[in-house]
Amino acid sequence: MADWAGYLGLMLDGALVTAKLTVLGCALALPAAFLAGLGRLSRHSTVRALSVAYIEFFRGTSIFVQLFWAYFVLPLIGVTLTPLQAGVLALGLNVGAYGAEVVRAAVQSIGREQHEACIALNLTRWQSLRHVLLPQAAVVMVPTFCNNAIELLKATSVVSLISLSDLTFQAQVVRSQTGSTALPFLTVLVIYFAYASLISAGMKALERRMTRGLDGLRT
Amino acid sequence: MTDTIIDIDRVTKRYGSHTVLQDLCFSVRPGEKLALIGPSGSGKTTILRTLMTLETIESGTIRIDGEPLFQMERNGSLVPADEAHLHRMRTKIGMVFQLFNLFPHKCVLDNVTLAPMLTKGVRKADAERRAMELLDLVGLADKARAMPAQLSGGQKQRVAIARALALQPRIMLFDEVTSALDPELVEEVLSVMRMLGSTTDMTMLLVTHEMSFAHDFADRVLFFDRGRIVEEGPPDVLFTNPTHERTQAFLKKIIAAGQRI
Repeated sequence: MADWAGYLGLMLDGALVTAKLTVLGCALALPAAFLAGLGRLSRHSTVRALSVAYIEFFRGTSIFVQLFWAYFVLPLIGVTLTPLQAGVLALGLNVGAYGAEVVRAAVQSIGREQHEACIALNLTRWQSLRHVLLPQAAVVMVPTFCNNAIELLKATSVVSLISLSDLTFQAQVVRSQTGSTALPFLTVLVIYFAYASLISAGMKALERRMTRGLDGLRT
Repeated sequence: MTDTIIDIDRVTKRYGSHTVLQDLCFSVRPGEKLALIGPSGSGKTTILRTLMTLETIESGTIRIDGEPLFQMERNGSLVPADEAHLHRMRTKIGMVFQLFNLFPHKCVLDNVTLAPMLTKGVRKADAERRAMELLDLVGLADKARAMPAQLSGGQKQRVAIARALALQPRIMLFDEVTSALDPELVEEVLSVMRMLGSTTDMTMLLVTHEMSFAHDFADRVLFFDRGRIVEEGPPDVLFTNPTHERTQAFLKKIIAAGQRI
């Protein structure tokens, strides 16, 4: 037990890797979600088809397999990624596919009368989207994005399979070295929960900020 | 070219098998104030929505300033209008909706300045100065920073009118703009419209169930029924001495419902 401080340090290193994966994964998932979600609403059938293909592929296959592809198969066609890059790529694109459906549904939830006001005011499609529809849709997206971000956080543990020493991986290391099982896994539990609570609180604050002064959307 | 600003020629519009507008013909002179009345489902709102390009038509021609709305000339023949043509045609037309359709995430001032800044490239300061003049005109200068949710229905509708005016359209379409309002708020909107009618040379088309307002406001009244114009004339004639039995029946119902004409 004397070495516990050292082992805790090990686990905090893992916690840092997990945090990095989560933040970078979200940073990739968010633009992917908007691109594919808006792509599905495009007037151009090619753009729609590409978006649907992306969404269905990443929702329809397992995150494990996607990660293995990113790390083990891509090098075969000359793209070699570090474990962190492969992890971020797989997590970001996977969660982005779910997010894309959130974006699409949120934009479609904005009433027809808002579209019509945009036409009557002679805004272009892009101007309507950018200034009228998306700002309102974003408010609808936040709660589900919060779910997606927490899912992404929890999914980061798969990267231990490509030898990235994230939180779960380090817990295993500590367990095998100390023979103690409950303590490392309790620590892992607490840290994941703390992270998830942080995401939750942040998103709630964001939602409150965005709904200020609005009604008829969300309260 | 100058004697009509809107020319509607044999326009037909269907929703599936239901015909909403049937061989509709009428034209409007520049500056004319037109009231469209008739039972619900008679097509009067549809023709306003069509003029605003919110609906398409199956056949017929609509000309604004002599130029086809849904077609454009290319190599000497008429082809279906593209987005750029519609965009150019829409600069002539503004519309106020029954349910206001304000942007709930923007304050009153931003609701009014958004379109001039985006579509005409007006600088923010200029757009805001102009917006404040318009808000002053509709009696809401003190609400510039309020959010739409904080306003009453009558105030929302006056903001919507200011917002449409900000683009300086030559034609304004008012689609049952007081129908969603509490009775005590109707007058504040009507008085703004009355003021616009007497101080501007805008062409104004209004669909309304406020017969006494239509009577005082309009130069000409069109009575719609089943997608056609059954009868038209100056308000004094049409309201007091309608010749068609459907017009008579409609006005009788309106009076029975307690409205003064």
